[in-house]
Amino acid sequence: MSSTRLLEVSGVSVSFDGFRAINNLSFTMPSHGLRAIIGPNGAGKTTFMDIVTGKTKPDDGRITWGEKNISLRGMSEARIAREGIGRKFQKPTVFEDQTVHQNLLMAQRNKRGPLAVLFYRAGGKDLDRVNELAATIGLTDELARKSGELSHGQKQWLEIGMLLAQEPRLLLVDEPAAGMTLAERERTTALLVEAAKTRAVVVVEHDMDFVRRLNCRVTVLHEGSVLAEGSLDHVTSNQQVIDVYLGR
Amino acid sequence: MQRSFVARNPSVLIFLACLGLFVLGVTVLSEAVGNGFLSTSFVKTLGKTLCLALIAVAMDLVWGYTGILSLGHFAFFGLGGYMIGMWLMYERTRDIVATSLAEAPIPATVTEIQEAIATQIFGVVGSNEFPLVWSFADSLVIQLILVVAVPGLLALVFGWLAFRARVTGVYLSILTQAMTLALALYLFQNDSGLRGNNGLSGLQNLPGLDDVPQALVSLWFFWASAAALGLGYLLAAWVVSGKFGSVIRGIRDNEARVRFLGYQVEVYKLVIFAGTAMISGIAGALYYPQAGIINPAEIAPIASIYLAVWVAIGGRGRLYGAVIGAIFVTLFSSLFTGGQVPDVNLGFYTVKWVDWWLIVLGLSFVLVTLYAPKGIGGLFDLIAHRTHPDRHGAPLGPDMGALQEKEAQE
Repeated sequence: MSSTRLLEVSGVSVSFDGFRAINNLSFTMPSHGLRAIIGPNGAGKTTFMDIVTGKTKPDDGRITWGEKNISLRGMSEARIAREGIGRKFQKPTVFEDQTVHQNLLMAQRNKRGPLAVLFYRAGGKDLDRVNELAATIGLTDELARKSGELSHGQKQWLEIGMLLAQEPRLLLVDEPAAGMTLAERERTTALLVEAAKTRAVVVVEHDMDFVRRLNCRVTVLHEGSVLAEGSLDHVTSNQQVIDVYLGR
Repeated sequence: MQRSFVARNPSVLIFLACLGLFVLGVTVLSEAVGNGFLSTSFVKTLGKTLCLALIAVAMDLVWGYTGILSLGHFAFFGLGGYMIGMWLMYERTRDIVATSLAEAPIPATVTEIQEAIATQIFGVVGSNEFPLVWSFADSLVIQLILVVAVPGLLALVFGWLAFRARVTGVYLSILTQAMTLALALYLFQNDSGLRGNNGLSGLQNLPGLDDVPQALVSLWFFWASAAALGLGYLLAAWVVSGKFGSVIRGIRDNEARVRFLGYQVEVYKLVIFAGTAMISGIAGALYYPQAGIINPAEIAPIASIYLAVWVAIGGRGRLYGAVIGAIFVTLFSSLFTGGQVPDVNLGFYTVKWVDWWLIVLGLSFVLVTLYAPKGIGGLFDLIAHRTHPDRHGAPLGPDMGALQEKEAQE
């Protein structure tokens, strides 16, 4: 891990109506590579993502980003997204009423202002990029179809494709393998591993088999803070982890 | 994906062609330049209907495409009408006052003329001074700018407050209702400066053009309304066809997702809300000179609800649907409430359509919402599916043609 630090979350806490969902959580992510976050239900995995992407405002702590160490606290979701953090939701959320092509084009890293978007006309370079992405996620033949007609797995890939189109520096992926067939899982793993070569990818996952396949460093969350961190074999042999998570 | 705008949106061309034919037909049948088959008042009704179709297009942009159920767009429509009405009333009154004072032995001073105009206009509300809002009433150019500026600014301020606080859904609808109600109540007051519940009247007379018969004036306004509708439709179709359209439809379907893509949802909503408010202002400025009178009752909350009903019945999320809805419902409404449909005698009870029309309209709204969410526009999908596979090539022909037939019978 020679690469520089991209995201640093330190001492972050947030409570909902007195319930501490995140408790003094610290987490760092280098600028490249894959990381899996596991933990039992209610450990604060999704809340953690909400905090990083600006959906939930933390009560306490620091979130610093990039080489210049700018603070993400207090930035709007849209601003954080433009800083280079992309997020994939647990349920595939693509714009079902629009074609695969339109979905990808909308996600593409370009000017986001209303005027620039109003006068935007897709040039050759942008269209090439869309085709390239479609090939990566295996949806070349579906470009003209409405994304609502896609299968569950294809929607997941489209969403990953949209994330890649954003060209984020950090990808937050929430349970990408949920509801997928074995073949689909393998393809998803390959996509994520490939993406992690050029950027940071954080995967929140429940499924241990899938995590094993990712073959990366694992962070275990429990009751809103980090319980253990290391290789999968390392954390699964940790007695505390066995007690709170695996033992059940 | 590289095809031209018209090739991607064949319905635009079809719509414009239908509109052109309709205008030609009405012109040929008009009293002013044609064979006089259509009465001047009916030409006015048709011109007003085109203005309502224009605001329906605006409503479709804001509701059907962006998902903001605004129940206040008639406030902007009314404001547009008031802005042009002020100039029309001021200039016309000045003409009258100037003529009558010219007969006096001593020529009147500028101040005297001003006072006389003020007394003429504001006598009904017990005042003889011009309120501040009338400062620019003598300038057509400024009042025309205000036609778009006032609704646009009000929408901007209102939208900024509401969208920034992330008010959405039914709560936003209620807020817009409150806005239009508040505005109507304010205008009802005599000291609001716009003649309270009397409103502005005599707007059908164009200052300095007393010699031109109303038959011709009505045709002018009909043409202007048709041109505004055509241009507005073209603009709306262009806006929704590109990436901007993708983004606003994204906002309608999943606002949070659009935010995480890096788009500032609030700014987009604001652009659409204020932009459609300006279109509504233009529609109102063309409507009220044809109606001849505007008063605060025009912007009562119910008017904006009607607007939503038209768009829902016509089919939201497609621009021609909004136009069809507005034309269909308003023409049927004037047919039923104008006593042209014979009452139905059930023996024990006589159904008087004048009383029952609202119930018919309400019922059809409920039925459309429940069983045909695509509205009348959805019918074109049935035709389009048979002839060409892509969904948005729906023609507008049959309905517009049917409309002309209907007119020919009257």
